[in-house]
Amino acid sequence: MEFLNAVLEFEFLQHALVAGALAGIACGVVGSYVVVRRITYIAGAIAHCVLAGLGVGRWLQVVHGWPITPAQGAVVAAVAAALVIGLVSLHVREREDTIIGAVWAIGMAIGILFIAVTPGYHEDLMSYLFGNILLIGGGDLWMMAALDAVVLVLALGLYPQLEAVCFDEEFARLRGLNVEAYVLVLLVLTALTVVLLVSVVGIVLVIALLTLPAAIAGQFTATLRGMMALASLLAIAFTIAGLAVSYAPDLPAGATTIVIAGGAYLAVLALRRIAANFRS
Amino acid sequence: MNPEKTAPIIEVENLSFRFDGGPPVLEGVNLEIAAGDFASVIGPNGGGKTTLVKLIVGLLKPTTGRVRIFGLPPVKARPRIGYMPQHAMMDPRFPVRAIDVVLMGRLGSGRRFGSYSREDREAAAGALAKVNLEDLGARPFSDLSGGQRQRVLLARALVTDPELLLLDEPAAGLDQKVEQDFFELLQELNRQLTIVLVTHDLGFVAGFVRTVICVHGHVDIHPTSALDGRAISEIYGGEVRMVRHDLR
Repeated sequence: MEFLNAVLEFEFLQHALVAGALAGIACGVVGSYVVVRRITYIAGAIAHCVLAGLGVGRWLQVVHGWPITPAQGAVVAAVAAALVIGLVSLHVREREDTIIGAVWAIGMAIGILFIAVTPGYHEDLMSYLFGNILLIGGGDLWMMAALDAVVLVLALGLYPQLEAVCFDEEFARLRGLNVEAYVLVLLVLTALTVVLLVSVVGIVLVIALLTLPAAIAGQFTATLRGMMALASLLAIAFTIAGLAVSYAPDLPAGATTIVIAGGAYLAVLALRRIAANFRS
Repeated sequence: MNPEKTAPIIEVENLSFRFDGGPPVLEGVNLEIAAGDFASVIGPNGGGKTTLVKLIVGLLKPTTGRVRIFGLPPVKARPRIGYMPQHAMMDPRFPVRAIDVVLMGRLGSGRRFGSYSREDREAAAGALAKVNLEDLGARPFSDLSGGQRQRVLLARALVTDPELLLLDEPAAGLDQKVEQDFFELLQELNRQLTIVLVTHDLGFVAGFVRTVICVHGHVDIHPTSALDGRAISEIYGGEVRMVRHDLR
């Protein structure tokens, strides 16, 4: 009740709810691709490279007075990381996991270095890492809406091709699809979605919000399309629940959201196991 | 006489293949497959069967020599080839219905943006009917039996009306009865199209196929009727007993 009254009263909570909805839609759609193609680890590396973009963006803005925001730096870093990892995994078959792990750590390290040499605002590091959905302003929402639109147009417009590449890459290639290009498109979509989610739950927790709703949805749906729709609804529900539960006791909203999503996932797995035992 | 009819559908000349720096997998392969043939590629595991098929469809490039399908390089001939890969390659829990899997066969380089057309959907339903699964289109792929999944993948290969059908171990993991039904279906399809089938289970296919291509580093071709115990033990190293079927 307290939360509902607060939403009506405070603009920052309204912004947070809109941000949760915008991020949740892209999260469900792209998260489903990530889960069925099993690229969670790649998504994690991309997410951690976002810190480099935030750090460099903030450094250029504060120290050099460039007209760029940390969020724009995040988009550039995420897309660059996606392309590097994509090209590595397509062309270097050996030691792919080592290279992804290296990109993961190097991205993070660059971010920490640039944040260290930028005066003031060190508490920003915490909100980058763990998210602070309550700090999202009206201008941020427009950028989130634009990212969301790009992600959804590509992810849904190329659905048949992306579905086929995720299901059976070799067959897709034989049908004449440029599999490499579609894999890169999928990674760039993942990168943009990660940027959307970073403002909601932070870099460290992104992977959980990207994959848990899709993993739950996958238990109940027969098609990838259905998985995406249900995962989007779940992601939005978890974000709102996280905000509502964390508001009164003043807990971190991002972490609360992830605990709720993780609890829901474990509960679904347990209930399905019990149901299966009853049937047999 | 129509020269299209007499020209072989698959021509392989002096082909050899090795993975980067590795030992040769295939060497000195010459092969011709005529239109309307039902050919089986057999040989021991690791002998290069799947490699040969991948070279034929252009998923691998020959180290030396060349492959022509319908007189074209493999990549150009792909729209006219139906391909069914080894079943084990796919995630069995992937959320798709049978009809969605068949629809994937309708993808091509011409497609740009948006979902499948009504024409695609009709073709997919037709292909499911051809493999006698018309009622199971809406069922999740993961709920189907092994034999039904193989038929769905066959329908996916047939949905573009190919002239050549390539199947890599389509019967792996199926029980004998299901396998028998599957090969009977292939035999029926063979009236309209050329079939090349990879298998390690020679005894079983002998009753169905007309040509046997033995792959064990190099390649020999036999008409089915000429296969005898000596040829078999040469391929498998003498550990396999042949079950003789009544040859037609």
